Formats: sequence, structure tokens, C-alpha cells
Amino acid sequence: MSDKILMGRYIQLESVIHQLDPRTKLMATFYFILIVFLADNLLAYGVLLGLILLAVFLSDIPIGFFLNGLKPMFWIIFFTVIFQVLFTQGGTVYFQLGPMMITSLGLMNGLYIFLRLFLIIMMSTILTLTTAPLELTDGIEHLMRPLTKLGFPSHEVALMLSIALRYVPTLLDEAQTIMNAQRARGVEFDEGSIMDRMKAIIPILVPLFISAFNRAEELATAMEARGYQGAEGRTKYRQLAYGKNDLFALTLLGIVTVLILFLRFY
Amino acid sequence: MSKEIIRVEGISFRYPNGEHNALSNVSFSINQGEWIAVIGPNGSGKSTMAKMLNGLLVPFAGEVHVNGMHLNDETVWAVRKTIGMVFQNPDNQFVGATVEDDVAFGLENNGIERNEMKQRIQSALEQVRMHHFMKKEPARLSGGQKQRVAIAGIIALLPDVIILDEATAMLDPLGREEIINVVREIKEKYNLTVISITHDIDEANHADRILVFQEGELRYQGSPEKIFSVGDELINMGLDIPFTHKLKAALTTKGVEVPEEYLNEEELIQWLSQSLLKM
Repeated sequence: MSDKILMGRYIQLESVIHQLDPRTKLMATFYFILIVFLADNLLAYGVLLGLILLAVFLSDIPIGFFLNGLKPMFWIIFFTVIFQVLFTQGGTVYFQLGPMMITSLGLMNGLYIFLRLFLIIMMSTILTLTTAPLELTDGIEHLMRPLTKLGFPSHEVALMLSIALRYVPTLLDEAQTIMNAQRARGVEFDEGSIMDRMKAIIPILVPLFISAFNRAEELATAMEARGYQGAEGRTKYRQLAYGKNDLFALTLLGIVTVLILFLRFY
Repeated sequence: MSKEIIRVEGISFRYPNGEHNALSNVSFSINQGEWIAVIGPNGSGKSTMAKMLNGLLVPFAGEVHVNGMHLNDETVWAVRKTIGMVFQNPDNQFVGATVEDDVAFGLENNGIERNEMKQRIQSALEQVRMHHFMKKEPARLSGGQKQRVAIAGIIALLPDVIILDEATAMLDPLGREEIINVVREIKEKYNLTVISITHDIDEANHADRILVFQEGELRYQGSPEKIFSVGDELINMGLDIPFTHKLKAALTTKGVEVPEEYLNEEELIQWLSQSLLKM
């Protein structure tokens, strides 16, 4: 199952994009999503599409990989676009049936929605495919650091994030083990009505929760035994550093912004 | 006579809503450089005792002294620097996302400067022979490898005492032997004190001194020779005895007269060959 989901997977390569600072990539992704909504004509979308293609090219990951990753999102994109096309009024009417109609404006809107979703998904996939989970948490911690002054516990949040990430495979394994153990005792997971199937989840969830509590308890003890006292007086082993390429990437985003604004208002 | 590193005076402890004392009036003292094995049936208070030594649990009576410090709220962090602890489940004590991050965790907590941190991580991982795995995630390591990383995380902190709280219990015999050998090497190198809580009787056999716990009390303490010579009583407590002792017992039932005192493997082999000569 997890093989099909591309989001959240990381492919280790040594490309230009991979070596960017995770903070740059995080900021760029969020910023990109913002400017996608600024674009309002085909030329502007063309510029954004060009930017995405450049990023895909620089990431060394074959484009087929990304398109595969879009597959699970296909129905969501399809339905949004169809509804947009059928229920938008205005412009030349080509076809009408009750409240549904196909209009030139509707087609235009449909295309825009498609492009927006496509661009946003592509950009976030580039982020997750080229950035190790650990780098992501590091990046998030650094970007949140200014919030510490407002009383936001950025160290604690980052620690929780990195522990959560570290335990994902462990807990997946355990869930699998519990599932098999319950199967061996005769619990059926993929038969019967929806109610039956939901009831069959309980013999997995309860042991999984209890074991997570036990794990948490033991982990906390082990952390304390190793001298963990919270954020104060701690040094950091991992350090992030901006490079020359980060500057290029951010400059490129700036240029794109200017272009988009120009195309929107002139 | 080497210097005393841990002194425990009459500690007692009861878990909230526990029916019995987990520990009652336990006293002992450990010298620097000793290898201590702690044995006892499940629920005899061994792990509770270990957690008292670095302040993870606080006794309601009695005192713990570590390296001359009386363990209390003020000294607890200094004591934890002196004592490193490796726990049973390798998965539940792995904090970092990769091997190097996990070893770094304790160093970060102690505010070690980054350049020194790098060196210490490198050398600690080399000592447990895990330096080729620095960038690996825990999900890709075997149980024994994770335990070796846990040990590296402890020795990077340069403690005086290592407590192994059933650290080899979840490993296969090979992994167990590996871990024990690694700890033994490090012990010799830094003159560490090792307190090993174990069900592995052959490991206990190699200790300098054995503490036997039963129902929260310290029943016996002494050299393996002395402890294992009370063989039957250990078996009654639900504990195992070393192979040599079993062999002696089996020989006695066959009518062979065996020496009373405890023999280790070599001594037994020697005695067997000599007695064959006499026959």
C-alpha cells in the first residue's frame, strides 16, 4: 500500500535540488503555492509550469515518477474540474441542460483549476521527494524559531516531530505483527459488512495504543537517563547552512513573482 | 584497594498502588572497576534498584551515594553524567532519527560543543564497530546493532559506570556475546564499573561479584564461586545455574564423587582429566 503513495517518500540522490537547504525548499514551496493563486492568465501559468519543469529537471528524478504520484489524486482533480466546468456561468454558452451548462468561461476556469492543482501537487512532491524527513523537521524547527519569542515551544514541537517520524516504521511493523497475530486467532479483516470490518479494527487498535504508551514510557526514561532536561543548555549536532544555490533559487522565485504580477496587471 | 563508586544504604521503595515493597532495606557498595552481575527472578526488584542508582526513581527510605555525591534533587544531573544506562528494548531507547543523531542526543543534552561532539561520536561508534552505519536509520538495523548504538551513545558521554538493564535479553546468543564482549573491551580500556542485570547465567558467571535479589531483598552477594556453590537454593528461587554446576550435579546422581567447591569450565575439565587418570 505505502508503495503507491508518493507523497512523503524520499528518494536519495545528489542533485542540485537535493542539496538545497531544507529551509529554502520549505519556504519556496509555501511561497509557490501562494503565487499559484496570483496567476490569472495562461501566460502566467506557462511561467509557473516552466519553473516546475526546471525544478523536476534539476532534481534528477524521472518525470514519469511524478506523474505516477499524481495518479491517486486523479479522481479529486477530475471531479473538481468537472464541477467547475459544468456549474460556471458566463461567456458563450455551448451547451445547456437544466442548471448544468458548458460555457467558455467554465472551460477556462476548469483549465485553471486543473493547472493550479497540478502545480501545487508537483511542487509539494518535489519537496518531499528531495528532502529527507529529518531535514524537513530541522527546517521546520529553524523556521519556527522566531516564534519562540512569542512563547511558542519550537524545540518541543521539533522534538515531537522527529520522534514521530523515527517511530513511523517501527509502529507500522508492529501494526503488521498485531494484525497477523489477530488473524492467526481468527479475526477477519476484509470480510463482512462495514460494521463488522470496523469492529475487527479494535483488536488492532487497542494493543497498538497500549504498546505505544509503554514505548513512550520507556523512551522517556531512556531520554532522562541520558541527561535530557529540555531545550535549555542544549547544543545541536545538526546544523543547517545556506549555500550559493539557495540564493539562486530564492532570486529565481523573486523574478517569477515579478513576472506573474506584471502579467496580471498589464 | 580501589575507590568506592556506589554506596547504597538501606533503600526501600514501593510503587504507587503496589502491594509489597519493590525493595526493602537494601544495602551494598561497589568499587570502581568492578563487574557486578545482578540476578534474581522476575519481580525481585533488580530493575527498580538500577533506576534508584541514577535517580529515575527515588527511594522513600535510605540513601544512595554515587562517586561521593549524595543523590538528591541537586546532584541528580551530575549523577546521571556519571552513570550511563542501557535498557532492555533496543527500539524504545533509540531517540535519534539516524545512528549518529542517536549517539549525539546525550552529548547535545550535556551541551558539548559541536566539534568535540563529532570526534566523540566517531570514536564511540568505532569502538562498538558501528561507524559504517552512521547515516543509517534504526529501522534498518538489527536488534544487536541497535544495542551497540545504545552503548555508543553511553560511552560517548564518558561515564564512570555503565548499567546494563537486561540489555541483552532481547538478542540472540551471538548478539548477546557480541554486546558483552564490546562492553568488556570498553570496561578494560576506561576502567569502568559495569553493573549488569541479567538472566544469562553464563554472563553472570564471568562477573567479579554477583548480587542475588529475591522479593525486593538482597539475598546473597559474593563471587560467582561462592554464589553458585549454593546451587540448589538458586534453583528453588527459580534461577538457573551454570553448565559446570549442572554437570557436577548430574555426576553426583550417577554416583561419582565431585569436589564440593565451585569449578569453572577449565577447572572442571582439568579435574575430569585428572580423575580419569586416577581410574
